Amino acid sequence: MNLFDIIGPVMIGPSSSHTAGAARLGKLARNIFGEDFNKADITLYNSFAKTGQGHGTDKAIVAGILGMDPDDEDLRNAIDLSHESGIEVNLILEESKRELHPNTAKIILYGKDKTMSITGCSLGGGRVMIQDIDGFKTEFTGEFNTIISVQRDKPGIVAYVTSYLAQKNINIAQMKLSRRSKGDMALMIIETDETPPKSVKEDLEKHEGIYKIVISTI
Amino acid sequence: MSLYTMRQIIELAEEKGLKISDVALELESKESGLSIDEIKKRMAYNYEIMKNSVSHGISQVMPSVSGLTGGEGYRLWHEKEKGLSGETILKASSRAMAVSNVNASMGRIVAAPTAGSCGIIPGVMMTVAEKLGKSEDEIVNALITTAIVGKIIAQNATLAGAEGGCQAECGSASAMAAAAAVELAGGTPSQAGHAAAIALKGIMGLVCDPVAGLVEVPCIKRNSFGAAQAILAADMAMAGIESVIPVDEVIKAMGEVGRSLPVELKETAMGGIAASKTGKMLEEKLMKKEN
Repeated sequence: MNLFDIIGPVMIGPSSSHTAGAARLGKLARNIFGEDFNKADITLYNSFAKTGQGHGTDKAIVAGILGMDPDDEDLRNAIDLSHESGIEVNLILEESKRELHPNTAKIILYGKDKTMSITGCSLGGGRVMIQDIDGFKTEFTGEFNTIISVQRDKPGIVAYVTSYLAQKNINIAQMKLSRRSKGDMALMIIETDETPPKSVKEDLEKHEGIYKIVISTI
Repeated sequence: MSLYTMRQIIELAEEKGLKISDVALELESKESGLSIDEIKKRMAYNYEIMKNSVSHGISQVMPSVSGLTGGEGYRLWHEKEKGLSGETILKASSRAMAVSNVNASMGRIVAAPTAGSCGIIPGVMMTVAEKLGKSEDEIVNALITTAIVGKIIAQNATLAGAEGGCQAECGSASAMAAAAAVELAGGTPSQAGHAAAIALKGIMGLVCDPVAGLVEVPCIKRNSFGAAQAILAADMAMAGIESVIPVDEVIKAMGEVGRSLPVELKETAMGGIAASKTGKMLEEKLMKKEN
């Protein structure tokens, strides 16, 4: 915690969890998707659904998927701006999903030839956590540079990726691995101190066991 | 992350004849690796944003997104010369509400320490500095003091309404502002500590009961009380009045009170004025509008 966590962040009101956090979730989803998209289905759950309109949660999350930061004064116009940029946005409200965190959103983005579902929650103070990508359970905050690897669940892939990063002098702050079932697809989240160069994606995707690399930088 | 108490910071400052902000800047620079100049530059940027929110909020009636509130800061600002409370309190209070109004209308603010309590520190800092003719650099230092007090509260209690009620948000902001006001007024670090303790005790126990869960009713007006109280607490400390209970114990007590508060009174909109007849009616009305 530094002094600017106390006097800060600079943000668009009214709520750090329901507005600033929502914008961050939207922006993280956009970064994770990593390509153009023409449609977004956004489901707001629980408190996000109940008090979302008064807090501008809907506008904030749309602003995020359009690439705005939580302190962008255009945030309040995000819905209109999404129409202008030709992105179809569907908002769905689900008020009582008790198994989910009180401030949860699911964002499905539709691109030219891919679709991705990203679920995350807003933890308070503008901090967020991505919990699920396309059915893979995960936990990362977007506060670090993040490398997401969709890969085969088999021996050697984790070692391959980490030794590659070691060669590039990229330090791993945290990492987490999850899989659907033994030998099936797996998802690896690596948070790094250094900003991974774009070549990381190309280089790692050369491995036959790695299907896709997504890089989200801070 | 190092843990501090107010007592440690005050002793460090008084041993070397420094201000709380000097000690805070040194510690922050050591911990973050940023130079003191960089830290001050970032804080100066935050102060620019604060001043902009104040001037937006006092110059026009800005309706909130929900329509429940708007124009409170603007209206009180026009009362500042003839009002009963006196110009300093009225300026600080109306500026505090003005920032809260900007927040509720989806304008840009600095969370200080939270969005719900974002008006208190700008309202007090701007007004006290204006009254005492303080420079921009001195105001930035005072903001550093608010931040270190807030950090100590966060580490030893909480700053979140959902964990501690309004006392954790507006109470903390008021304590942070009181300590910094003493520093601006030329008081000692230990007087700053007393001011923080006195302000925090004044709001101890205050619940977080936002109507319809929105940061508006009663939050906007509570920002004005937090600002007025910070200035009174600073005046008390400058007059040599001390907090009988040391500031670190007051902070811990605030955290304990927060834990004892039922969940209904911690930002859930299930108790207090949120659960009043009119509060519930307004909530229902807003829900209908939404669906």
